[in-house]
Amino acid sequence: MTHSLIHWFRFASPQSFYPLAGKLVPWFWALAALTGAAGLYIGFFVAPTDAQQGEGYRIIFVHVPASWMSMFIYLVMAFWAGLGLVLNTRLSGMMAQALAPTGALMAALSLWTGALWGKPMWGAWWVWDARLTSELILFFLYIGFIALQAAIDDPRRADKAGAVLALVGVVNIPIIYFSVKWWNTLHQGSTINLNKAPSMATTMLWGMLLMALCFWMYSIAVALMRARAIILERERHTEWVKHALD
Amino acid sequence: MLGIVFALPRVPRGKPVFPPMNPLIAATRRDLLLALRRKSEVLTTVFFFVIVVSLFPLGIGPEPVLLKKIAPGVLWVAALLATLLGLPRLFAADHLDGTLEQMALSPQPLGLLVSGKILAHWLSCGLPLVLLAPLLGLQFDLEASALGVLTVALLLGTPLLSLIGAIGAALTLGVRGGGVLLALLVLPLYIPALIFGAGAVEAHIAGLDVGGHLSLLAAMLALATFFAPWATTAALRIALE
Amino acid sequence: MHWTSLQDFLAMGGYALYVWGSFGACLLLMIAEPLLVRHRLSQVRAGLRRERLAETLDQENA
Repeated sequence: MTHSLIHWFRFASPQSFYPLAGKLVPWFWALAALTGAAGLYIGFFVAPTDAQQGEGYRIIFVHVPASWMSMFIYLVMAFWAGLGLVLNTRLSGMMAQALAPTGALMAALSLWTGALWGKPMWGAWWVWDARLTSELILFFLYIGFIALQAAIDDPRRADKAGAVLALVGVVNIPIIYFSVKWWNTLHQGSTINLNKAPSMATTMLWGMLLMALCFWMYSIAVALMRARAIILERERHTEWVKHALD
Repeated sequence: MLGIVFALPRVPRGKPVFPPMNPLIAATRRDLLLALRRKSEVLTTVFFFVIVVSLFPLGIGPEPVLLKKIAPGVLWVAALLATLLGLPRLFAADHLDGTLEQMALSPQPLGLLVSGKILAHWLSCGLPLVLLAPLLGLQFDLEASALGVLTVALLLGTPLLSLIGAIGAALTLGVRGGGVLLALLVLPLYIPALIFGAGAVEAHIAGLDVGGHLSLLAAMLALATFFAPWATTAALRIALE
Repeated sequence: MHWTSLQDFLAMGGYALYVWGSFGACLLLMIAEPLLVRHRLSQVRAGLRRERLAETLDQENA
């Protein structure tokens, strides 16, 4: 038990994580390409036309995965941030920093596709729907995290301050979500629920799950690449980096 | 509460000026005394609140029905922004002259001292807004009972704003572009307070029960009272490293 | 397969703008992001290589 734990901690040092991430990245790209191709095939050629929303519902195959990933990445980011605060490992903060831009991108994609879905279904580009509003606030939280880290020059302080912010955010997200939901029902918002397409066929569900898997693998691949860049930037004066270039 | 400040014990020379005091009360008293010496800072916050609220009728038009409808939201948003104005000063002066470092090194728990500073911030920046809000609500043609609900909601909500804001103030302490960054970090976290605070007044105007809104605000305040000073202390220690 | 022709597929039952706008934005950003990250990585590596070269030249001249 302790032996395998030590084995895992070995990868917690940037020096051994850098080559490991380099080896893993192509595999995650391959997985993302495979699941993406399968998901798109099912999404466009197997899944039937929706009875109510016609072909417009096919936006679900990117909207839902982007929304899921935007929320999931924030949780993972907060997990790494918390781990960094507790164990004081250098790598944790770098991982949190590497994840944030991808999470913000996913939130932005979720908003963009949500608007493009809302226009034909609700007749408006933007509706103050509980989910869209929460997603917008999540996007703000990502921007705040990135801005705070960018404003602090000392990387160790940036990591720790970002960690506190991410943890505060994670405690607040459920409160924000429920308050927005309550606000929405009080103000008699839209009754169409984007994420529950009526009578969702099994093939639709499969297409959505495959696309979600694709977005997941993509996020891991990009975050690992970014983590590699951050490791080199921060450890540029160490001896091992000089040998890692070859 | 302001009475505490003026009720300083008059003791003869040569004896300790202050009897041993709860660190929380001591920190609150000290910050309130400082705020009293720099009255212009408190007054700036108050006048900012008044001006922002008064701009809305000028921008929207003098229709009483419309103004009555937007009043709770306008007053609450203005309160959020006004609270934000005082936040960068919460720790900045003490950080510059080294007092904050002394506080962190002192045997008194930093969490209590920080709570005292937050309490003082609320008393000097939040409470004046609460007292002024009913007066401004009159400009928007709100009835007496709605003004009462607004005051109670602000009384529960503004301490929450000070508590959450303190975390942001500690995180951005001594950071480039701190003030704007603080707004970016803190405003999204203010949304639940805004929703339930303004929602309480709207519900009352619509003839609904406001108990749910107010108890949720109180619950969030209780939660923040426990966790925010703790998170603020952690952020301050990071900033002081 | 329920599309009769390529035209039919591209028209997306009248929702072309919305469907292709969504998928297009995703594709564009999900290609742009890795390219930007790869650029950042290669920039860091190039900078490090230059530093190393400068160091070896310093040592040779010394």
